[in-house]
Amino acid sequence: MSQNRVPQKFNPNRFAPQGKPDMKTAKRLFSYIFKDYKFSFFLVCLLIIVSTVANVASSMFLGTLIDDYITPLLQMEHPVFTGLMKALALMAVIYLSGIFSTLFYNRIMVRISQGVLKDIRNDMFSHMQKLPVKYFDTHTHGDVMSHYTNDTDTLRQMIGQSLPQMFSSIITIISVVVAMFATSLYLTLFTLIFVFVMLRVTGAVAKNSGKYFGKQQQALGDVNGYIEEMINGQKVIKVFCHENVTKEEFDQKNETLCENMTNANKFANILGPINNNLGHLQYALLAILGGAMAIGGVGGLTLGNIATFLQLSKSFNMPINQVSQQINMVVMALAGAKRIFELLDEEVEDDHGYVSLVNATYENGILTEADKRTGLWAWKHPHSDGTTTYTELKGEVVFDDVDFGYTEEKIVLHNISLYANPGEKIAFVGSTGAGKTTITNLINRFYDLADGKVRYDGININKIKKSDLRRSLGIVLQDTNLFTGTVMENIRYGKLDATDEEVIAAAKLANAHGFITRLPQGYDTPLTNNGESLSQGQRQLIAIARAAVLDPPVMILDEATSSIDTRTESLVQKGMDSLMKGRTVFVIAHRLSTIQNSDVIMVLEQGRIIERGSHEKLLEEKGKYYQLYTGSVELE
Amino acid sequence: MIKRLLGCVREYKKDSILAPLFVTMEVLLEVLIPFLMAKMVDFGINGNGGQGDFPYIVKMGILLIILCVLSLLFGVLAGKSAAIASAGFAKNLRKDMFHNVQNFSFSNIDKFSASSIVTRLTTDVTHLQNAYQMIIRVAVRSPMMLIFSLVMAFTVKADLALIFLAAVPVLAIGLYFIMTHAHPIFERVFKTYDKLNNVVQENLRGIRVVKAFVREDYEKKKFTGVAESIYSDFTKAERLLAWNAPLMQFCMYGCMLFISWVGANLIVSGSMSTGDLMGIMTYIMQILSSLMMLSMIFVMITISKASAQRTVEILNETSDIVNKKEPVSTVKDGSIIFRDVNFSYAGDSGKLCLTDIDLAINSGETVGILGGTGSSKTTLVQLIPRLYDVTSGEVLVGGVNVKEYDLDTLRNQVAMVLQKNVLFSGTIKENLRWGNETATDEELKRACELAQADGFISQFPHGYDTYIEQGGTNVSGGQKQRLCIARALLKKPKILILDDSTSAVDTHTDALIRKAFLEEIPDTTKIIIAQRISSIMEADKIIVLDDGKITGIGTHESLLRTNEIYCDIFLSQTKGGLSDVAK
Repeated sequence: MSQNRVPQKFNPNRFAPQGKPDMKTAKRLFSYIFKDYKFSFFLVCLLIIVSTVANVASSMFLGTLIDDYITPLLQMEHPVFTGLMKALALMAVIYLSGIFSTLFYNRIMVRISQGVLKDIRNDMFSHMQKLPVKYFDTHTHGDVMSHYTNDTDTLRQMIGQSLPQMFSSIITIISVVVAMFATSLYLTLFTLIFVFVMLRVTGAVAKNSGKYFGKQQQALGDVNGYIEEMINGQKVIKVFCHENVTKEEFDQKNETLCENMTNANKFANILGPINNNLGHLQYALLAILGGAMAIGGVGGLTLGNIATFLQLSKSFNMPINQVSQQINMVVMALAGAKRIFELLDEEVEDDHGYVSLVNATYENGILTEADKRTGLWAWKHPHSDGTTTYTELKGEVVFDDVDFGYTEEKIVLHNISLYANPGEKIAFVGSTGAGKTTITNLINRFYDLADGKVRYDGININKIKKSDLRRSLGIVLQDTNLFTGTVMENIRYGKLDATDEEVIAAAKLANAHGFITRLPQGYDTPLTNNGESLSQGQRQLIAIARAAVLDPPVMILDEATSSIDTRTESLVQKGMDSLMKGRTVFVIAHRLSTIQNSDVIMVLEQGRIIERGSHEKLLEEKGKYYQLYTGSVELE
Repeated sequence: MIKRLLGCVREYKKDSILAPLFVTMEVLLEVLIPFLMAKMVDFGINGNGGQGDFPYIVKMGILLIILCVLSLLFGVLAGKSAAIASAGFAKNLRKDMFHNVQNFSFSNIDKFSASSIVTRLTTDVTHLQNAYQMIIRVAVRSPMMLIFSLVMAFTVKADLALIFLAAVPVLAIGLYFIMTHAHPIFERVFKTYDKLNNVVQENLRGIRVVKAFVREDYEKKKFTGVAESIYSDFTKAERLLAWNAPLMQFCMYGCMLFISWVGANLIVSGSMSTGDLMGIMTYIMQILSSLMMLSMIFVMITISKASAQRTVEILNETSDIVNKKEPVSTVKDGSIIFRDVNFSYAGDSGKLCLTDIDLAINSGETVGILGGTGSSKTTLVQLIPRLYDVTSGEVLVGGVNVKEYDLDTLRNQVAMVLQKNVLFSGTIKENLRWGNETATDEELKRACELAQADGFISQFPHGYDTYIEQGGTNVSGGQKQRLCIARALLKKPKILILDDSTSAVDTHTDALIRKAFLEEIPDTTKIIIAQRISSIMEADKIIVLDDGKITGIGTHESLLRTNEIYCDIFLSQTKGGLSDVAK
């Protein structure tokens, strides 16, 4: 599965603007917010209103100050400041309530946004755990990963910043417009027209910027893709002395990127100054117009009115620009939320099993359920008539005429029938894509059959609870996956309540004890990044020990020793043999030498069993197995 | 560090200087606007003894409009220059890094790891580009705005402007307190983020293991734990940041109230005008908001510091393998000699991977190298094309120490097929021409015939023009290996090294390749590392490596008699009679 190691591809469309907000997604997102934070959310809205009104009031205050206090005071012979004092005190109260509202809504909002994110993350992860293996086959890790990184991150910005800002901007705009109308009708009309013009201008610039931005993303994807490919092949470049060619190619792509980037940034950069200075222009024009009106006595404007209006016009432009920016953010975040919800809507692995695995003992020769670990296990099978039967877990596996396809159109396994007695070793041989791994994946129900039946100890595996079915199977996979944690923890993954002694015994069985004790910290050596400090062979030994500690009646070894060299393998073989003893084992192996002593060898070709029998019998038949064994055909 | 990065500005120096200059002009004009407004109010609207002076208003109005237009012009110019400068800076930075990586030796590449180099060249460069653009624009704008506004405020009314002396420290100390407390928490959050991503990534990769062992709930618990700590840390940090806005409002409102009170008194007492009051109000806003901006810039710059460090590491890394002053530019023949060679990846101090290697290979010989995983087979052959330098001792090719050769000459004559080999996106032809850019179609075909690749290539619908996907994912492992061998053959090397390069090829084809080598390129020294004993048992010499030491050199027969390890390996592969070795 080499795709696992391919780093996340750069997707240039990821951050491209994507049109209108998606209402359905928005609604669902809000249901997350309302679930636990309904009260907090309304409180936040209320506090935002208070804070915004306080802010608008501060713009209004200058006018009041001039008209109602300063101008009259100027005309008094003995000015009395008590009125002013009272007004200032009132303002102070308004301001304070504004400040506290801002503080509280910000703090509450943090709790809401982080809480919602936590819920979403947990939902995503636990849902992901329930998804069928098929989902992971059809989605690249990079894509799934980005739900947790990019998509949640845009959500954080949206809930934490964009939503409250947008709300406060809208409230500001409404209250400012009301205040403007109250101050001067004509000036308001003028402002509105001017704002309209301003929006058109910035819209045109933004459109251009968007066009170049798309090109820039494309060029960036091109350069980043090139970097990724070349750096990963850097050693080949060195061996072929290809450095200069690579440099030249890179320089060309880099040059194109620079050009597109310059253009995109140019437009993005001038957007700010244009907005800013058009705002100043509006301010100046308003002053002239207002001044003229005041002198001419039109509309009953006072100096205070003009001062108020100028302040208001300033606090008008900012929220308008903000809203348009925030809408972009929201659209982007909703697209991310949509992708997250898509993951959450993926259908989970269905499990209608009702047969469960229980501890059991023989009491007077009758198998009964035990309440503690006995070492003996039984399938508890409740029947529709209310009775319950117990069947001992032995490890007998039967395939009865099984068909299977990863998609409905393409069947990859045809008419597979096989019989594995408890304790038998069954081997599968065949080229890549012949269906070896697929068969073993059906036993533990990673995938469900298209047709036919698989029975485990005589029970149709569809009736067995998936978790119990899997608990009874030990698996060592071709690609070893270790988790961050110590060696001990990794082996214990097979059986969480295993004692240290049990873990060590399992490691000894798998022949891993030797190298583990030679590690700097022995069993406590921490492993990171899929055990990168270990060799591939050592990783496989740990994986074998992990399956061994589970001590299951049935084991599946899928190329478990493929990365161990033959000499080491012959050493490990002894451990493997003792591990396999007394269990039903399904083995897939590349090296025929490791499967010769199997009870039955199945040769697969294009999803069919074409030969079956013991090593000796198959050699006698001089068929495909014989050819493989003598090395005259290719096995891939 | 900064000096090294500034070295990448080069031809964009002009724009890098112009941008802040334009920004300064823009700010200067912007700051004048409230000042002129104040004048207009006092002498225009309020002028003429309260009657208003219309011509004055028009005069000042036109002046204001001119200022606005000029300021717009400078703003646009600044934006343009900043775009050119920052995109150019990023281009040069990317170029310098990429070119330097091309000069990296194998040990340099090992040190950084491919994925880390890729991140540095992509994400980190983007961060730095943004930071650079911010520095030449916004980081100039805010302090300028602060200074100019202060100057103007003091010009308008010095005593009233003194209120800043009270407000600025409150805001500055408050912001400083918030930032210094929030920053460490944020750093912790980012680390926890890594942990969260790690859990998800491990689960994606190991989903079959998780499911096979029924560990879904265990993994969920692990994840919830990390998610919980992100929640609590993030909440803590952001709740601290939530003080930012109210703090700002507190200072702003406080100043306004104070100015209103004192200003009203001053106006009434006749020592200040209404216009001045309005002007000064505007200046406070500007000063406080530029302070706020400054604190944000400060945070941004601290964040990009890490990126800067990581890119400079790449820029400053020098290859430890370089040409001599007057290098030898021809390789006489394909003979190889190892003399007392010791090697450690970590240099003098590290654990030796190769000890006391003495070896002589004649030109044209076929040599097999055998040994268990971790016995340093690959390490040994990588010394021949000088992909690494020996720690002590010497390696001679064609009778000359490899350190004397021109690197290109040496590596063109020593073709190596790597164990972890890579095909690049492009047609088969393009990939093959890596070996020899000027190779004719016939030469390509012949090389492929030798490598037993011509057969399957001609079966592809597009033949030699078949497009290979990135990483060669659309050909099988064995096909890929044969293409890589053909690519190496095209170099017409004097020495050919195959590092486990036929592991996915069946024994039959493997034998055909070896036969072709023997017959078609008899003068080339062939070194074959293999797991399969059948791949090397006919070699002139077989070298058995164990734990970095040579335990035996000889032919198949002699080693079977004298070398225990060789015997073991042979037996492990022939167990039960004919097995893999049979042929």
